[in-house]
Amino acid sequence: MAAQSHGLIATFETPVAVYHAAEQVRDAGYKNWDVISPCPLHGIDKAMGLKRSIVPRISLAGGITGFATGMTMIWWTDAYDYPVVVGGKPFFSPMFAFPVSYELTILFTAFATLIGMFLVNGLPMHYHPVLKYPKIKRGMDDTFFIVIEARDPRFHAANTKALLEKAGGKDISDLEA
Amino acid sequence: MSHAEHALATPAILREVQPAVLPRAVLVENNRGFSWITDKICGIIEGKTPAWWWVCFIVACFIASFTVAGLTYLVSTGVGVWGHANPVNWAWDIVNFVFWIGIGHAGTLISAILCLLRQKWRTSINRAAEAMTIFAVVCAAIFPVFHVGRVWYAWYLFPIPNSNWIWQNFRSPLEWDVFAVSTYGTVSVLYWYMGMIPDLAVLRDRFEAAGHKLRSFLYGLFAMGWRGSSRHWSNYEMAYLILAGISTPLVLSVHTIVSFDFAVSLLPGWHTTIFPPYFVAGAIFSGFGMVLTLMLPLRAIYKLEDLITQYHIDCMCKITLATGTIVGYAYAMEFFIAWYSANPYEGFTFINRAFGNYAWAYWIMISCNVITPQFFWSRRVRRNTALVWVLSIFVNVGMWFERFVIIVTSLARDFLPSSWGYYSPSIVEIFTFFGTFGVFSTLFLLFIRFLPIMPMAELKAVTPQADVHAGHDQH
Repeated sequence: MAAQSHGLIATFETPVAVYHAAEQVRDAGYKNWDVISPCPLHGIDKAMGLKRSIVPRISLAGGITGFATGMTMIWWTDAYDYPVVVGGKPFFSPMFAFPVSYELTILFTAFATLIGMFLVNGLPMHYHPVLKYPKIKRGMDDTFFIVIEARDPRFHAANTKALLEKAGGKDISDLEA
Repeated sequence: MSHAEHALATPAILREVQPAVLPRAVLVENNRGFSWITDKICGIIEGKTPAWWWVCFIVACFIASFTVAGLTYLVSTGVGVWGHANPVNWAWDIVNFVFWIGIGHAGTLISAILCLLRQKWRTSINRAAEAMTIFAVVCAAIFPVFHVGRVWYAWYLFPIPNSNWIWQNFRSPLEWDVFAVSTYGTVSVLYWYMGMIPDLAVLRDRFEAAGHKLRSFLYGLFAMGWRGSSRHWSNYEMAYLILAGISTPLVLSVHTIVSFDFAVSLLPGWHTTIFPPYFVAGAIFSGFGMVLTLMLPLRAIYKLEDLITQYHIDCMCKITLATGTIVGYAYAMEFFIAWYSANPYEGFTFINRAFGNYAWAYWIMISCNVITPQFFWSRRVRRNTALVWVLSIFVNVGMWFERFVIIVTSLARDFLPSSWGYYSPSIVEIFTFFGTFGVFSTLFLLFIRFLPIMPMAELKAVTPQADVHAGHDQH
């Protein structure tokens, strides 16, 4: 088990350094790799060649479900199952049903967004090889890392290490799986 | 974009005209780096509990016990222990409800609306402001639940099958309120939690390095295994923006629906279309008052002057001034329309508010809400932190009185003089309300003791050290 390697990790001290390094790793054609940073870096998505997140689509699905749930629930309870005469007002109208449906739209969108974000990110994942790296604590604090995984088709222990060195990475280490 | 590409993209006319480059306000002073920010915020949680915290906590718990005692007495004895009597059957309970919900709205405004407006200065105050929102909603929710009398039937408000086989009346704003406030509380908690995930990961790793296994485990549990991956940040930032985007219409709609509790009735002084924007502006005004009340002592005690700078205080004072002026304008408009409508009942209601048997409450409201925020025009006043704090207390008091004046005067003297009456709160109501300040303080003290009071990751992201194009200040 100790022989299996998850990949290589390289340290960078500044966002500028890791940004330019990321561009080089992207241009070299790697797919299974990542940048670790303590805060979101504006522009790193482009440097990594990442596509736009799909979380908004999940949120939209949640929102539509919420609105439909609200309208359907109100119609079924107030106009179908047990209509009650209240001041001669209609048993169902999109007007009076709107506030509750609007709130449910927001509620379902919020849940869909949070759960969707977790699903797309593969969280919770309390155990991950990167978290075992002794210096990862600084990745949450003030240092940046690039991780290139061994399962990437272009991964080659010596070549990948050379690329990271050329890109300015320090302390290039092996990550155990 | 490289330097060369930038030069090509800039039109020649700009090089001739040379527009002035206005310096952006510095958001983190003294050029503090990432690790200073981490150490500062985590230091509050990692250090020993200060003595002042224990004193405040014990006092807060004691005051919170007033609410517990008041509610227990209320439920066991009956709603008659409150001062409610015909014609005033909504009084301190509903005033307190609207008061606390209004306070909560500033937190969401800071988190969500200022995020959409790209106001980066929100980063140092948004976590504590969101916490304030959640605790304010908890205090607010106590009142509609307990004012029903038979609290054990409060679940009848939700569309769950009950033994009478009857459903809720969705035509009523009181029912809309149930969904609005529940949604507001839930979404606020989700937004607050999601914002904390990267910071909980920081605490997890720091506690593990220091050897505190249990604390590392607890923070790590909620950190969901966050590891700072940029692929994760990409989805996270998108989710954050979406939550900000939906929280904005949420905060606007919640207080609008609360205002509908009054506006859809026929009482003079209540039945007016000005209520939704008037209530929302008033909520933001009172909420910012509470944000200032909480943030200024926190800033002084924990020496956060580099993170909550004078610029932040200036911005908060200016928003308070703006919303306070809107509220003052709304008062004037209500008076004007009452006269212009030639409706004798409407006209009487407003004269009565100013000169009737509740005139004392009315003039407290006017002096606190219209006059007090005008002091914030002065730069010298804004720079005097102690004075700003005192003025923020006046704002809170004034906004409580606004809701009191609206609710009680319109009920006490409505259409038929033979139905008129005067309301006074009972001792139970008074204790229950003041106890909610204890509930709020207890929760807030627990928050500042155990959770990161500022979003470290967001703060780092707005410092110049996080710029990937160092030297280009186009972002």
